[in-house]
Amino acid sequence: MSNGIKERLDKCEHYQKFDAYKDKILALGNDSLEKTIAVALALCFVCAILVSFAAVALKPLQIENKALDMKKNILEVAGLLDENTDINQAFSDQVEEKLVDIQTGNYVDDMDAVKYDQRKAAKDPEQSIIIARDDDIASIKRKAKIAKVYLVKKGGAIDSIILPIHGYGLWSTMYGFLALEADGQTVKSINFYDQGETPGLGGEVVNPNWRALWKGKKVYGESGKVELGLIKGVVNTSKPGSEYEVDGLAGATLTSLGVSNLVKYWMSDQGFSAYLDKVRIKGEG
Amino acid sequence: MSAAIETKKILTEPLVNNNPITLQVLGICSALAVTSQMSTSLIMAVALTAVTACSSAAISSIRNHIPGSIRIIVQMTIIASLVIVVDQVLKAFAYEISKQLSVFVGLIITNCIVMGRAEAFAMKNPPMASFIDGIGNGAGYSLILIIVAFFRELFGSGKLLGIEIFPLTKDGGWYDPNGLMLLPPSAFFIIGLLIWVFRQWKPEQLEKADFKIMDISHGEGGHH
Repeated sequence: MSNGIKERLDKCEHYQKFDAYKDKILALGNDSLEKTIAVALALCFVCAILVSFAAVALKPLQIENKALDMKKNILEVAGLLDENTDINQAFSDQVEEKLVDIQTGNYVDDMDAVKYDQRKAAKDPEQSIIIARDDDIASIKRKAKIAKVYLVKKGGAIDSIILPIHGYGLWSTMYGFLALEADGQTVKSINFYDQGETPGLGGEVVNPNWRALWKGKKVYGESGKVELGLIKGVVNTSKPGSEYEVDGLAGATLTSLGVSNLVKYWMSDQGFSAYLDKVRIKGEG
Repeated sequence: MSAAIETKKILTEPLVNNNPITLQVLGICSALAVTSQMSTSLIMAVALTAVTACSSAAISSIRNHIPGSIRIIVQMTIIASLVIVVDQVLKAFAYEISKQLSVFVGLIITNCIVMGRAEAFAMKNPPMASFIDGIGNGAGYSLILIIVAFFRELFGSGKLLGIEIFPLTKDGGWYDPNGLMLLPPSAFFIIGLLIWVFRQWKPEQLEKADFKIMDISHGEGGHH
């Protein structure tokens, strides 16, 4: 087989020229200009093939990993994940992806929700808006006009509303989801799937014990303003108003502040409050 | 027979006697960055060893044809390509870990050990020996990385490989973790102590003093 290829190559005129040129170059002194250029070009060519082959061949696997990871996060925040869950199956059975116009709070039906990427849209000047400096408590500078929310329904009624949230902590922009019950007021869970805070300190935003403290907390106070936030130290649960408070992260004042700010931002009229009002009125997706 | 001994020496010498971190003091930057957890350190160790071994072998196989004037760029191109391949493979097969390592895999390109071995060994030795030298130096780096990560994860978060060893006070246990251990500077202290231990154990690793401080009372200089 390989002999056959070699014979055919030997007959090919271009290959013969290439072969002769290769011999000539290899015989040249290492410091000649021609050899320097030839070696540089040949090396770039070989390396480029290697890199592009790896990137293209592994791309489908990487995209799948990313999508699976995102689905896992959503199922997890909705409380639908245990060890034996088939993630793809559970996601397609129980979760509905919807696009929401952040400003009006209406659903956007003329776009494909599955393909929409909110993080990409937030960087695209066409699909995003600049946030006024005074409003930008989460330090995110721009936001997408359209957000992708996830609804979990049980028996036709909404069971949980999962909202994408993000904001700046100490080192990094933290991306996560906040899951609310159908009343758009009670917190079910929170998680951060992408953050670069100090491991063990601010990085504890991913700690399941800390995240469990969020369950049952309320977002909006009597006046309709966002009251939910982190406090310094441990919440005294017998105190009135403690349903709006979550323990701050020990040793991570700025990350805690970042979490408070991003929750406040995304739950306010800058974020999802218009949408949540509409959900509450309709009582359904 | 002597070839086998030689190979073994190339492989084991960098573990203690010529360790890239403690003796050559190379690759410190990533040793600080990825050692707060054992799992990231292990993956980083494997990635760096693979890159060092493969790049050394590749560079060595074309060493007789590398023009001196573009030698460093040629080495860099080969190393960078291999690093991208490793990064892509991690993203495809170990997604969770690649998320944690984030930029540090890319930074293997600038890791002094890889360049150092290419320049010091691979340019002068045949491919197989260079490959083994890469593995040896990667293993030396890995050894230190794992020792540092062991102490940092154990005392910083009371865990090893994510499994709880010391129950933390905040979860109702008795151990109050040392927050400093989770910050990069702690790796400096641990590496410093390791260098001290290595040099106590192997006094030949001690560097000669650059100059000797003269004894004042017997000094010849000085005007009275």
